[in-house]
Amino acid sequence: MTLESLNLLPALPEVFLLCAVSAILLLDLFISDRNRAYTYLLSLLTLAACAGITLGTASDRVEFAFNGLFVDDPLSDLLKVWVYIGVAGVMVYSHVYGRSRQLFRGEFFTLALFSTLGMMVMISANHLLTLYLGLELMSLSLYSMVALQRESPRSTEAAMKYFVLGALASGMLLYGMSMLYGATGTLAIPDMAQRIASGEVRGTILVFGLVFVVAGLGFKLGAVPFHMWVPDVYHGAPTAVTLLIGSAPKLATTGFIFRILAEALGSPSLVAEWQDMLVILSVLSMVVGNVAAIVQTNLKRMLAYSTISHMGFFLLGILPGSAEGYGAAVFYAIVYVLMTLASFGMILLLSREGFEAENIDDFRGLNRRSRWYAFLMLLVMFSLAGIPVLLGFWAKLAVLQVAFEAGYTGVVVAAVLLSVVGAFYYLRVVRVMYFDDPVDTAPIVNAGDQRALIAVNALALLVLGMAPGWLLAVCQQAVKASL
Amino acid sequence: MITLSHYLVLGALLFAISVVGIFLNRKNVIILLMAIELNLLAVNMNFVAFSHYLQDISGQVFVFFILTVAAAESAIGLAILVCLFRSLHTINVDDLGSLKG
Repeated sequence: MTLESLNLLPALPEVFLLCAVSAILLLDLFISDRNRAYTYLLSLLTLAACAGITLGTASDRVEFAFNGLFVDDPLSDLLKVWVYIGVAGVMVYSHVYGRSRQLFRGEFFTLALFSTLGMMVMISANHLLTLYLGLELMSLSLYSMVALQRESPRSTEAAMKYFVLGALASGMLLYGMSMLYGATGTLAIPDMAQRIASGEVRGTILVFGLVFVVAGLGFKLGAVPFHMWVPDVYHGAPTAVTLLIGSAPKLATTGFIFRILAEALGSPSLVAEWQDMLVILSVLSMVVGNVAAIVQTNLKRMLAYSTISHMGFFLLGILPGSAEGYGAAVFYAIVYVLMTLASFGMILLLSREGFEAENIDDFRGLNRRSRWYAFLMLLVMFSLAGIPVLLGFWAKLAVLQVAFEAGYTGVVVAAVLLSVVGAFYYLRVVRVMYFDDPVDTAPIVNAGDQRALIAVNALALLVLGMAPGWLLAVCQQAVKASL
Repeated sequence: MITLSHYLVLGALLFAISVVGIFLNRKNVIILLMAIELNLLAVNMNFVAFSHYLQDISGQVFVFFILTVAAAESAIGLAILVCLFRSLHTINVDDLGSLKG
């Protein structure tokens, strides 16, 4: 073990973020509630600096740090930059909402940043130990954030459910990892892939471990039949925290899936094993997600079921086990994060002190209250439904295309039919906005940065949808350079 | 002679008990926390057994990290439990049913 093999430089964004969060944690103690905006600004500044470091040190090379525990490759740079965007978006959307709900506190920002650190470690993990530690750092921060509104019975209940099922998922993943370790005799991802390729492994134990790993991943993604926590947590958590849970962690899970399924267990004989399981998870998620969303009256719950169906689509990209497939899945995850930010962001913007705009009825007649917001929400809903020209359509097309080329014709047909079912409940929101009379007539008041962000976010779905090629190409390139 | 498979069976049994404990338990949230702890200990058993069998130290190092994370996890779990008891005045699993649909 030498200083060269420690090689801290590739982990510079993580090291910086850790130092910065610790500093913010301390500084926040000396900031009074009145000046809490400084914590908020410092957190945004930290994320911007991390993005600067990540982009500044980005290269096409694959570099290792901490004696091979940690890897910095083009895919990790891409995912990390989107994680920063996601978390920064959450902070901007939620600062007014948080002020009236005891969420605008130092804990909110430091926990969000610690979970960001966990996501970054997950994305850059090159060893099962780092993968696990990153996952836990992210999850533990998120559990406590759900319970941040201590007086609310609903959010503490959601936190408890999230905690128990999340811990069970980690347990399953770990059990699977222990089996992978037993079968291959190593915890390092490249060594594991090498030993599996050379055939010096115990096959039965390996497949047994694989089943548990896929089940654990299914839990974390919220794929059916491991989805039961998603609606309750999305519904019960304060909307600002729901937004965080629904956005950036999906990118981290994408990284996790890439590391474990593509890199460690990507040999052709094993791909066939996990493909069968993913087909089931994917189809069930699309069926249950789209059908259950129809009967929801609560928008947060509806979006939770929509998340489940989107995860089904996302898994379609993983199915082929090819670089194009992973690229399409990464593209889907990024687009999904943009859409989630805008949809939950809209709920946050329409909420005010003592009022949560979380029911579909609260969007009734939005067009008469504000044409601009109604138009932006229309874009978001169309994009989630996958209506052409918007970015959501291209994401769906990309994953369907790779799944079709890999020969999953039946699954692709089912996916298309189910997305038609899905279009129904998204369009219902549009209908109540444009054709119903408003129930709630209070004026919509928001801070300037929020108005700007929602406009940029929703219009990005339209503008990027006009020219979707480059983002998909960036994802494809990053995956190809990292595999 | 105790072989690797004995340890693996013990680990699998502990794991199964913990999963059953989480899904069948309808009484007390504290039992859920105990089941989660047992879950992680089952994994530790596996890691140590494999580590000894493979004569490779990294499995045992992993166990130390799992133990540390398990401590953090139960701290957060108990903290959520205290919040829950304060707002609902119960820790009965069946009473956690306000979120449905």
